Amino acid sequence: MGMTMTQKILAAHAGLEKVEAGQLIMADLDLVLGNDITSPVAINEFRKIGVKDVFDRNKVAIVPDHFTPNKDIKSAEQCKFIRKFAHDKEIVNYFEIGEMGIEHALIPEKGLVVSGDVVIGADSHTCTYGALGAFSTGVGSTDMAAGMASGKAWFKVPEAIKITLVGSLPKWVSGKDVILHIIGMIGVDGALYQSMEYSGPGLAALSMDDRFTIANMAIEAGAKNGIFEVDDKTIAYIKEHSTKEFTVFKADEDAEYSREIEVNLSSLRPTVAFPHLPDNTRTIDEAGDVPIHQVVIGSCTNGRIGDLRAAAEILKGHKVKKGVRVIIFPATQKIYLQAMREGLLEIFVEAGAAVSTPTCGPCLGGHMGVLASGERAVATTNRNFVGRMGHPKSEVYLASPQVAAASAITGKISSPGEVV
Amino acid sequence: MSDNNMMTEAMAGRVIKYGDNVDTDVIIPARYLNTSDMAELAKHCMEDLDKDFTDKVRPGDIMVAGKNFGSGSSREHAPAVIKASGISCIIAETFARIFYRNAINIGLPIMESPEAVRDIDDGDKVSVDIGRGVITNSTKGKTYQATPYPGFMHDIMETGGLINYLKDKGEQL
Ligand code: SF4
Repeated sequence: MGMTMTQKILAAHAGLEKVEAGQLIMADLDLVLGNDITSPVAINEFRKIGVKDVFDRNKVAIVPDHFTPNKDIKSAEQCKFIRKFAHDKEIVNYFEIGEMGIEHALIPEKGLVVSGDVVIGADSHTCTYGALGAFSTGVGSTDMAAGMASGKAWFKVPEAIKITLVGSLPKWVSGKDVILHIIGMIGVDGALYQSMEYSGPGLAALSMDDRFTIANMAIEAGAKNGIFEVDDKTIAYIKEHSTKEFTVFKADEDAEYSREIEVNLSSLRPTVAFPHLPDNTRTIDEAGDVPIHQVVIGSCTNGRIGDLRAAAEILKGHKVKKGVRVIIFPATQKIYLQAMREGLLEIFVEAGAAVSTPTCGPCLGGHMGVLASGERAVATTNRNFVGRMGHPKSEVYLASPQVAAASAITGKISSPGEVV
Repeated sequence: MSDNNMMTEAMAGRVIKYGDNVDTDVIIPARYLNTSDMAELAKHCMEDLDKDFTDKVRPGDIMVAGKNFGSGSSREHAPAVIKASGISCIIAETFARIFYRNAINIGLPIMESPEAVRDIDDGDKVSVDIGRGVITNSTKGKTYQATPYPGFMHDIMETGGLINYLKDKGEQL
């Protein structure tokens, strides 16, 4: 019996010829990541281990992005604490305000992950880098501490769900709709403890931004990781962004999967996840009349340049509906600059949207767009749990940038086709 | 190391029971995470799901829940505040995977047993033998067998968490 793509990467990093689902292994890490919420806890744990330095100062990345620019004194203290640690340990990849971005958009853009890598991050959406053909997964702060100290992490080798993509995306349908469709189909625990492995003839039609979005939400199906077969687009992306050596792993022909799913991209519709679970999905045609108070376009799921272009295409020449607050967050400084150069920011501001510096901000109900009781938001983020974006009695509807932009114009959940 | 030893201590307490998909945002909302003081954060444990939790929880109590417990964020603050609030063990049908490894890594005992979860009601008296994976419901007079921890997960739990485990294995770092 052969190995899945994930199993091959894990075997190579555990120094083993072969691994099987369920096996416990220790694997070498290519990158250990943390943010301003998880790193303080990790640093305290790191100190308890009693080692002096991190295992490799080039292979640790710390990105303050959740409550930054610091929203209050406590978050400023947390950032001060991690900044000092990064400085003392001479961590190369510490990204300060002005150069930072939302970690999962920033790390690939900085070329810190390439195909074949094993990455852990003390942030659940670390699974995003599976778009590059890496094994990357979210862990907690203690794992981050142990990873920083030893360069290793323990894993239970996962089984995989094989997802074969065929066809190509219709107009106004994007990677977000693909992943919402899949989560709606398999459920929020449909891939629990497993990998979601994407391949098939439909892959070629997906942009890297679409793939990042799809890999990003693997965790919303409970998965350990989401991973894409490497193709020419992946390799072009890696060569453009990184000087690191990369290895391409491909699943064996006879790899065993717990489940196989085919997704026909051509048949997908814009899809919305209703409160309060990402699997509570409906296509835009079944959404009904849902008036909204706020629109958030951004986050590690949909704050990349392709997402901003898609939103701008719809918002251009339109005005945001009176009474709706629209907040747009380019995910990194580079994306921000590019959006500025392409005139996208101008389109947003002229339409009546607010444009923010990169931050996680409203995505986790942190700051910069927190919801009051009874308020409803359409967001391009990844979670619509109770209280996720503010008051426990507020509601978050997850959608693509296209749907979010159309909804901003009409003031209710809308299909892009309605406004363009 | 005996003060950290989870395996030989039998956990026993009253059950506080919840449903499926209890996520990390309701266990500890992100709006409070501008501090990592777990005792402080424990004041808000479960707040968005059950605002009475902090009043009713007593040291040793056992949390029981349905499927996919701890889904969502990787915040280790979630198992840490549950531990800090006095809960001695969590029994669920299934756990979200990051929560599962975080609980093991910080030495908070957790057990998967759909059978036990179906049977146990809120308020039941339950004890758990972590090492053997045996759950006893003294209110209903029943026992259930959960899968014991495999391999070095057992050793991590035995030493009270990943950091102690690594310290014990210091030479390997
Ligand atoms: S944008 Fe949202 S989901 Fe992504 S890392 Fe930030 S808080 Fe987490």
